[in-house]
Amino acid sequence: MAFAAFSSTTAQADPAPRRRSRVALLLLLPGILYLVLFFLTPLVSLLITSFQAPAEFGDIGQYTYAFNWQNYVDVVTDYWPHIVRSFVFALAATVLALLFSYPLAYFIGVTARRWPLLQSLMLVLVIAPFFISFLLRTLAWKQLLSDESFVVTSLKAVSLLAPDAHLTGTPIAVIFGLTYNFIPFMTLPLYTTLERLDLRYLEAASDLYAHPFEVFRKVTIPLSMPGIVAGTLLTFIPAAGDYVNASRDFLGGPDSQMIGNVIEANFLVLLNYPAAAALSIILMSVILVIVGIYVKRAGTEELL
Amino acid sequence: MASGAFAEAGADLELVGIQKRFPGFTAIEHLDLSIPAGSFFALLGPSGCGKTTTLRLVAGLEEPTAGSILIGGADVTQQKAFQRPVNTVFQSYALFPHMTVLENVAFGLRRRKIADPVGKAHEALRLVELDHLAARKPQQLSGGQQQRVALARAIVNKPALLLLDEPLGALDLKLRRQMQLELKTIQEEVGLTFLHVTHDQEEAMTMADTIAVMNKGRIEQMGAPEPALRELPKTAFVANFLGQSNLFTGPVVGSTSTSITVDIAGHRVLVPADRAHRHAGEVTIGVRPEKMWLHRKAPVEAADRNVMGPGRVIDVSFSGVSTQYLVAVPYIGTLIVFAQNMAFGPVADVGDEVWLDWHVEHGFGLEDEPVPGAGPRFAADTDTRSIAAQRRESLVTELEEA
Amino acid sequence: MKISLGRWLLPVYSALALLFLMVPIAYTFVFSFNDSLKSNITWRGFTFDKWLNVCAVQNGAVCEAFGNSLVIGSVATVLATVMGTMIAIAIVRYRFRFRSATSLLLFLPMATPEVVLGAGLAAQFLSLGVAKDMTTIILAHTMFCISFVVVTVKARVASLDPALEEAGRDLYGSSTQVFLRVTLPLLVPGILAAALLSFALSFDDFIITNFNSGAVTTFPKYIYISAARGIPAEANVIASAVFIFALVVVVTAQVSSAARAKRLAREG
Repeated sequence: MAFAAFSSTTAQADPAPRRRSRVALLLLLPGILYLVLFFLTPLVSLLITSFQAPAEFGDIGQYTYAFNWQNYVDVVTDYWPHIVRSFVFALAATVLALLFSYPLAYFIGVTARRWPLLQSLMLVLVIAPFFISFLLRTLAWKQLLSDESFVVTSLKAVSLLAPDAHLTGTPIAVIFGLTYNFIPFMTLPLYTTLERLDLRYLEAASDLYAHPFEVFRKVTIPLSMPGIVAGTLLTFIPAAGDYVNASRDFLGGPDSQMIGNVIEANFLVLLNYPAAAALSIILMSVILVIVGIYVKRAGTEELL
Repeated sequence: MASGAFAEAGADLELVGIQKRFPGFTAIEHLDLSIPAGSFFALLGPSGCGKTTTLRLVAGLEEPTAGSILIGGADVTQQKAFQRPVNTVFQSYALFPHMTVLENVAFGLRRRKIADPVGKAHEALRLVELDHLAARKPQQLSGGQQQRVALARAIVNKPALLLLDEPLGALDLKLRRQMQLELKTIQEEVGLTFLHVTHDQEEAMTMADTIAVMNKGRIEQMGAPEPALRELPKTAFVANFLGQSNLFTGPVVGSTSTSITVDIAGHRVLVPADRAHRHAGEVTIGVRPEKMWLHRKAPVEAADRNVMGPGRVIDVSFSGVSTQYLVAVPYIGTLIVFAQNMAFGPVADVGDEVWLDWHVEHGFGLEDEPVPGAGPRFAADTDTRSIAAQRRESLVTELEEA
Repeated sequence: MKISLGRWLLPVYSALALLFLMVPIAYTFVFSFNDSLKSNITWRGFTFDKWLNVCAVQNGAVCEAFGNSLVIGSVATVLATVMGTMIAIAIVRYRFRFRSATSLLLFLPMATPEVVLGAGLAAQFLSLGVAKDMTTIILAHTMFCISFVVVTVKARVASLDPALEEAGRDLYGSSTQVFLRVTLPLLVPGILAAALLSFALSFDDFIITNFNSGAVTTFPKYIYISAARGIPAEANVIASAVFIFALVVVVTAQVSSAARAKRLAREG
C-alpha cells in the first residue's frame, strides 16, 4: 500500500544493494527526469511567479518577472483569515478522523484477527469510498445535511440546532466533509500498525499492574505511533489544501472559505497568478514546517 | 492489589476444581493444585498439555470456565491480571520496545505508585548485573540479557507469586545453567513462591522442590523430583516422560509382604511391594534402561535379580558415556538397555544372543490399569518419548522384514 | 460468566462506523434511480431510465467526460507504472549516488497539497505558453502517480529473493532474458497493484485536473462544474456502476485469496 511510505518504522531496511552500474542510471533517468520536469521545475515556476509584478501596459493576467515581495504582504493581509482557517479546519478534521478511526482500526486490526475473512471484508468497506467519486460523496452529504433533510429537522426538533440555523455553508459542515473524506487515509495506516501489534506487550503491561486505560495509554498508543503519524499526515496535508469541501457549491459558505479556494479563485478566475503562487508557496512552507516539527517530536524520522 | 505497598512475602497458591474450555477443545479437565508459600514449583509436561494455560489462569490473563484460584488464601478468581499480586516472566520476555531497560523495570512500580521507582529499578538491575545497560532499549540487548531484564522487571515488584513461562527456552546451554543458578539464588534470597512452567524435564528436576507432571489437561503425578518422580513413576506417561522406561504387563501371580511376583510372558518378575502402586490383578511394571545389565551367557538365577532372555541385539548405538542396545526378546518385545562404556568396547554386537537382568530393588509398578488385550510389553500411550520409541520399534521391524 | 457492555461496545461501534462511511455511497446509488429532471435533488420516483440511457442527457456530456477520464487514467497509468517500476527496481537492486536526494524527490509529491501541485504545473505551462488540453492533464496525472507506484512496487521488489535472479543467470540467461523471464513475472502482482492504484488516483482526481485541463472535461470536473446547477442522475449511474465494478473485483479477490489460504492451511 502507498501508506507504507508514511509508516516505515518497522519496514525492513532495503537489503544492501550490491551492484553499481549504468543500468541503475538508465532505470532511474526517465522517472527522475520526469519528476524534475513536472514536479520540481513547477515549484520553481511557482516561486518565480509569486514574485511577478503586473505588466505595465498589459491586460489582466499579464505579468512580468520581478522581485515583488509585496505580493506576499498583500496575500497575507488580504487572506490571513483563510490561511488560519485552513489550518484550523485541517487540524480539527485530523483530530476528528483520528478519534473516529482509531477504535475502528483497532477492531479490524486486533479484535478481528481471528476471522481473516471478516477482517478483509471490513477493510474493503473502509476503502469503498475510494471507489466512488469524492465529489459525488461530498454532494451527497450536502443533500443529506440540507435544511430540509432528516438530519437537520431532527436536530432542530431536539433543539440541538436553532430553528433558523443551517448546517451546509457553515464551518461545521466543511470540517465534517473534510473528516469524512479523509477517514480512509487515517484508518488504513492505523490498521497497518495495529494489525502488527504484539498483544503480548499488552498482557505484560496488565501483568505489571497497569489497568486497561493505562495499558492503552502507556503501551498500545506508543506502539501504534507510526500509524498515528502516517494517518495524521495523510489527513492533514490534503485537508489543508482542499478546496472542494469548502466550495460554495459543496459544503462551504462565504465565511468558511479555505486557502485552496482562494488559490483556485485567484488562479482560474481572477487570473491573479502571483497571488495564487504566493499563497501556494505559503501553504507549502507552512506544511513542511509543521510536518518537520511534528515528525521530529513524534520520533519517527524514518519517513523518507 | 493495594497501591504503594509490596507483598510481605511469598504466598501460597491454591487451584480448586479448575476447568478451562476453549471453543473446540478443553485445555484443562479438572485441576486441583496447592503450592505452599516459598516453594519452587514446576509444572512439567509436553506442549499442549495445559501447563501454559494454567499459568495464564493464575496470572489472570485467562478466565477459568469453572473453579477458583486462591492466592494467600484470598479468592482472586474474579480479579483481573493487573489486580493480582502476581508477576510473570514471559517466554517471549515481552519487554516494551518503546521504553528503556530502566523504564521497563520501573513500569510496575510506577503503576502501583511505589516510592522511588527509579532507585528500586536500578537495584533490581544490579541484582541481575545489568545496571550498566539501564539506558539501552531492549532491542539492543542479547537474548540472555533480555531474559534477565524480564526477570528484574518481574521481581522488582516483590510479587507474592512469580510465574515463569519457559523463560529459559531460547537460551543456549551455558546461559541456561547460569540463569538456573541465578533464579535459584534469587528464590532463596527473596523468598518468593515460584511457579515454573517448562517442557524440559532436566530443568524442572534441577530447579524445583516439587514437580507436577501434566498431560492432556490433568496432573499425572506430583512430588519431589528425586526419588518420587524418577524412581517411582505412577503412570506410563510419567515413566516415559521423565527418561525412558521398559514397561511390561502381566498378572500378579504371587505376593509376599516384601514383594509381588508378576508373570510376564512366562518370565517371573519380582517387584518390591513398596515400589508397586498395585498389588493384585493385571499390573504394569517397569525398569529404567540404565538399571539393566547385558550378559553374553545366561546369568545364574538369583533371588534378588530378575532375568529376561535370551534375546537378540538388533541395534547398538553409542552416545557419549553409554551405549544403547535394543534387544528383541521373543514374546515380550524390544527392550532398551543403557550400558556404561567400558574400556573393552561394546559388550555385544548386533545379532548376538544376550540375556538381560536387573536388581529386584530397581523395578517399579505403575498405578495405571493395563490396556486389556495388550501384549506383555506395555503398549505405551501416544505421547512424547513413547512415540519416538514406538517409531523406532516399527522402523526396526520394517528393517528386519526387508 | 457475565456479559460485559465493554465486550460489545467496539464491534457495535465498528459496524456503525462502517455504516456511516457507506451513507453517501448509498445516497448516490439510490438517486441514480431517481426520475429526476434537470437536477437530481428531490426524489421524484423510481426509474431504470437513467441506467438504460446514460448518454442521452446533455448530448452525452456525462459520457464524454467519463470517456476522457478513462483515456487519461489509462495513459497516465501506463506511463507512471513503467517509470515508477524502473525506479523501484533501481532503488532496491542498485547502489547509486544521491540515494537520499532521490527518495526525497519521490516523497515530496506525496507530501505536497494537490492544490500546490496543480497551481505549480499550471504556472509552468503558462510561462512556457503551453495550451492546456488532454495532454497536460495526462502529464500532471503521471507526475503524481509515479511516487505511489514506486512505493507499491518497491515493497514487492524488496521481498523478492535475489537468489532467483542469480539462478536465472546461472542457467545461462542473459541479463535481459533474466529480467524478462524471471524478475518481471515475479513482480507482476506488485505492478498490477500499483497500476490499479494509479488508475484510481487519476480517475478520481479533481484538484490538479482543474488547474491543468483548459476546456477538457473529466468526470470529476464535470461534476464540479454541474454542482452549481444540478447534477443529472446519469452521473450517479456512472459513479454507481464504477463503484459496483470495483467492489466486485476487490471482494472476489479477497474471498478467493481467503479460500486459497484456507485450502493451503488444510492441505498443509
